[in-house]
Amino acid sequence: MSNTKFILGLFDDPDVMMHGIDKLQKNSIPIYDVYTPMPIHGIEDKLGVKPTRLGYAAFMFGCLGGTVIFSLVYYFLVHDWPMDIGGKPAFAAPDFIPATFEWTVLYTAFGMTGTFFFATHLFPGRAPRVMDLRATNDRFVIAIDAKGNTPHEDITNILKEAGAVEIKHNDRKYVSYE
Amino acid sequence: MASHNESIIREPLITGKDITYAKVTEDVLRPVENTPTKAWWIGFSVASLFAMLWVFAVSWTFWYGVGSWGLNKTVGWAWDITGFVWWVGIGHAGTLISAILLMFRQNWRNSINRSAEAMTIFAVICAATYIVAHMGRPWMAVYSLPLPNQYGSLWVNFNSPLIWDVFAISTYFSVSLVFWYTGLLPDLATIRDRATGIRRRIYSICSFGWTGSVKTWQRFETVSLILAGISTPLVLSVHSVVSMDFATSLEPGWHTTIFPPYFVAGAIFSGFAMVQTLLLVTRKVLGLENYITMFHIESMNKIILLTGSIVGVAYLTEFFIAYYSGGEYEQYTFLNRFTGPYWWAGCMMYGCNVLMTQMMWFKKVRTNIPIAWILSIVVNIGMWFERFVIIVISLHRDFIPSSWAMFYPTWVDMSVFIGSIGVFFTLFLLFIRFLPSIAMAEVKLLLKSSSEQAKKKLLDAGHLDASHAEFYKESLTKFDSVELSDYEKV
Repeated sequence: MSNTKFILGLFDDPDVMMHGIDKLQKNSIPIYDVYTPMPIHGIEDKLGVKPTRLGYAAFMFGCLGGTVIFSLVYYFLVHDWPMDIGGKPAFAAPDFIPATFEWTVLYTAFGMTGTFFFATHLFPGRAPRVMDLRATNDRFVIAIDAKGNTPHEDITNILKEAGAVEIKHNDRKYVSYE
Repeated sequence: MASHNESIIREPLITGKDITYAKVTEDVLRPVENTPTKAWWIGFSVASLFAMLWVFAVSWTFWYGVGSWGLNKTVGWAWDITGFVWWVGIGHAGTLISAILLMFRQNWRNSINRSAEAMTIFAVICAATYIVAHMGRPWMAVYSLPLPNQYGSLWVNFNSPLIWDVFAISTYFSVSLVFWYTGLLPDLATIRDRATGIRRRIYSICSFGWTGSVKTWQRFETVSLILAGISTPLVLSVHSVVSMDFATSLEPGWHTTIFPPYFVAGAIFSGFAMVQTLLLVTRKVLGLENYITMFHIESMNKIILLTGSIVGVAYLTEFFIAYYSGGEYEQYTFLNRFTGPYWWAGCMMYGCNVLMTQMMWFKKVRTNIPIAWILSIVVNIGMWFERFVIIVISLHRDFIPSSWAMFYPTWVDMSVFIGSIGVFFTLFLLFIRFLPSIAMAEVKLLLKSSSEQAKKKLLDAGHLDASHAEFYKESLTKFDSVELSDYEKV
């Protein structure tokens, strides 16, 4: 029994890698994840990653921000300390627009980005779980969990046929902890 | 997908032969991964000397009060607010490039957005220092926030554009920062994975544990798109609100409904000029000619021409409305720009912003690097004078002739201004030293479709409309980074 935990197929071209994914899937080999130095469109459909719901989160945060500041300004200028400015109404709604707009944008930006960081476990100081150090540079890496039933040689061959420039049998999941 | 062939008639966004993904990383990270060059040290030393001058002049202001500036009873706002508006204006190009050009799918933004956004952040920092400095007592800045206090609570007045400004500038700064930093994460991870020792640890903390997995990238793109979507109205709102600081007053020369769009166009105008000033030098010094190409330079010059012309139309409109309004104070203010004691400032404003930029109609001017660089500086001098003219000339002679006065800057005024330029350049040079000045991941996206080598492959393969191929080859002649001899036989 080998100690291999993960088999990595390293590609130097995103299109070749996409064919590699197809090939692996045709052979019913489950793909653990794919690491790329840049966003590759269409890959999420192949791997069955659901569309993100961050847009809804952004909308909710925006509504919250706008509501919060509008209520605050209403409280300040109409309820708590109404000012007599030439007898004009204290509830001067057009004047509330700039602050409401700014906080809508502010809450959307911070809320959505915060949700993104939270949902993808990104935060300062998080140990990077990198499987191959070149995946952020010039290699497109398909990671396959070696615990599956397919013989490792078969996976290696499929990757080789698909045009992988290098195939790694890693004994540990992440290489970035040393 | 990355492999789609882009139409041949589009100019390449990355030039040079044998550019690989690895080479993009190498080229962009050269200044980050090596010890700084002599040029960097010289630039950094000069810039930080000026930054020190800023620290000194601002400390002087805080110690002795704003009385150390040349302000008087008539001209109560001068170089401080001129400098503030100037810097905020400069801070508009970055978000415009990263947000509006992203929405319009202008891929040429990919190689300039990172440094333009950094510039935005530094320019807004400089602007914010003016706001705090012009209060004279910086600890009073807290009263611009709607916080409960012992006076009632006496809240800030949300009917006032000055309070809108507090909200607009602080939101703009923080959202730009979030946008910029989120975009930096993948590139910081690239540095981290190539570094060793203490540098790896630092970049590891800064990169938030980015790995580039499918899910992160998918969400990253959504986040970028939505941030761009909300930043687009934000960037337009910021300078609109700044202009309302003036437009909602009753001062002739300020009390103008055209101000919001006029200020926004001027801001984009001066912002792009500053991007041009910095990038023309950066590309040369860091050897990034293949990524920031003549196409980028010309495109930016076209935007400078467009926004400069919008500003020109706004100037004409102002003059016409001053005449047509029949208001004698209004008419006097605009005549006074040419006939008063500050006629030279008026000439600088109209000459630099309108006359000089009209030269950009000529392709020879747009694609000539030394001229484009000088013009970009001329634009920013002109834009500084625009704010000076609007603020000081309007104030110095308004309704009551007995109150007319002149404004003479003191050495503190001048030192704060020159020093703020030093602060800006110090921050920019530090940025170039420690962070990737080009968004590597985004440039890599273009490599297979929009690069010169990809287009060369298309040409070599034939199957193209001969007139299209000819058009493409013709367009390459302006590039300074393309080996034209390669195309003779094709």
